[in-house]
Amino acid sequence: MEEKRYYQKEIETMPLEEIRRVQSEKIVKQVRNVYDNVKYYRDLMDEKGVKPEDIKGIEDIHKLPFVSKSDLREAYPFGMLARPLSECVRIHSTSGTTGKRVVAYYTQHDIDLWDECCARAIVAAGGSKDDVCQISYGFGLFTGGAGLNGGSHKVGCLTLPMSSGNTDRQMQFIMDMGATILCCTPSYAAYLGESLAENGYGPEDIPLKAGIFGAEPWTEEMRQSIQNTLGIKAYDIYGLTELSGPGVSYECEEQRGMHINEDHFYAEIINPDTGEPLPEGEIGELVFTSLDKEAFPLLRYRTRDLCRLTREKCSCGRTHVRMSKPLGRSDDMMIIRGVNVFPSQIEAVLLNEGYTPNYQIIVDRVNNTDTFDINVELTPDQFSDRVKDIADMEKKLVGAMRSMLGIGPKVHLLPPKSVVRSEGKAVRVIDKRKLHD
Amino acid sequence: MSIRQLSVFVQNEAGKLQEITDCLYASNIDIRALSVAETQDFGIFRLIVDDIDKAVSALQEEGHIVKITDVIGCKLEDRPGGLARIVKVISAIGVNMEYMYAFLTKSDSAYLVIRVEDNDAVEAALRARDIPLLEESDVTAL
Ligand SMILES: [Zn+2]
Repeated sequence: MEEKRYYQKEIETMPLEEIRRVQSEKIVKQVRNVYDNVKYYRDLMDEKGVKPEDIKGIEDIHKLPFVSKSDLREAYPFGMLARPLSECVRIHSTSGTTGKRVVAYYTQHDIDLWDECCARAIVAAGGSKDDVCQISYGFGLFTGGAGLNGGSHKVGCLTLPMSSGNTDRQMQFIMDMGATILCCTPSYAAYLGESLAENGYGPEDIPLKAGIFGAEPWTEEMRQSIQNTLGIKAYDIYGLTELSGPGVSYECEEQRGMHINEDHFYAEIINPDTGEPLPEGEIGELVFTSLDKEAFPLLRYRTRDLCRLTREKCSCGRTHVRMSKPLGRSDDMMIIRGVNVFPSQIEAVLLNEGYTPNYQIIVDRVNNTDTFDINVELTPDQFSDRVKDIADMEKKLVGAMRSMLGIGPKVHLLPPKSVVRSEGKAVRVIDKRKLHD
Repeated sequence: MSIRQLSVFVQNEAGKLQEITDCLYASNIDIRALSVAETQDFGIFRLIVDDIDKAVSALQEEGHIVKITDVIGCKLEDRPGGLARIVKVISAIGVNMEYMYAFLTKSDSAYLVIRVEDNDAVEAALRARDIPLLEESDVTAL
């Protein structure tokens, strides 16, 4: 049997009691730290009547108040900082498309911790110092590029800091440098796969063996399609800028849920309406506590991601709890004519019906009724010279959407590249109703 | 015996037809016949050209979706009832016509392009009535 490989075996395979002991030790220190150094937290805790000495171990965590994105916005720019700026070495930031951006600060210790988390993910995807790791996430304020770049260095891979975009150059480096691991968003991986195929490279010609994809939601069907076009195993990775970036959790070779780096991040699942903790296995909102970050520690941060946790034994030998792929983000959920619709459901239907994952959802309100349109790109094989054939395909797709969603969209089949596509994150939803409100 | 027709899938937006004709013009391809089918969302351009292989690579190079279909080309007699006669021959053998369009050549002869499911049956029926059929080489030479 092949020997299992880990980046930090002792930590990654630590028995649960040991994990709890580490977490308890860290949370006690962390609560004391934020109470003493962050006025915003001190006020929140005083308001709830919790003193640092009430937290004696990880089991007391539910006594602490929650924080959410709105707290971070309110405290912008320095209100959540737990270290003087002179001790910080870097910032990253969210895109700020839905309001004020969130800025996160890092000490050197925080960067090292984050890089280590990403290194664990790369090794779990089969990476070692013999690999060539192409980082096609954006570099800059976005955490994707920096995180995986740091992890790749720790593992000792030859690292190609490509950043996103310039697809011709990306393809050239994959082929010429013999890149074996690709890190980018899943939609960009799908696009790269298509472009390589257009240039005559099949899965057997492409040197890649693994991909680590995250920063946007993707489906199991999309995973299959990326794996087939690139000839790789595609691994999911999860993270939030608020917590550090990618690498909060990552998939192992089982590809069944992402192991959370529990020695650094404590996860809870709560009922999003009541805030009550839910038992293992139930779907609820994911809440994270960063146990040992210095500059920007978050206690009980509500992610708005809906998912479930499992402690079922994993064949990879890692003992850290696994989280399911987020089923949706309360922010992503659209309510169209009273029905809850997630883009991930639409994507699943498209891939099931043999379409590309290149689509765009357009929601609007006309005469007080929601309109719901989906633009989908047709592939060359699907094209017919007869209008009726294409109209029939549209009809069939509408039927499949209706049975999945409980609501029928208007489907528009379009030529390739007519759906607006960015080379970083895909713009999947245009909700024009928000413009009118 | 059939001839090859080129179809192009485009978004139903102003300027799309010109994109196609510009592309073909730039590659020195002569369009013999053109018909457009459109819905609110998309259009299908169907073309008979003098060099279909060259046309396909030129259009694909620009990222267009194209398809080649075998269609029937036949000479349209220059007298009243010429078209009606061909339609009658085809419906007599019970074959459904998907679509058709006509074009003129420099020599003022008129031709008809017909898209059916069963090319062999229709060709046999037309030949039996002495209706002249076009071949690919005729299209290049027209
Ligand atoms: Zn595992």
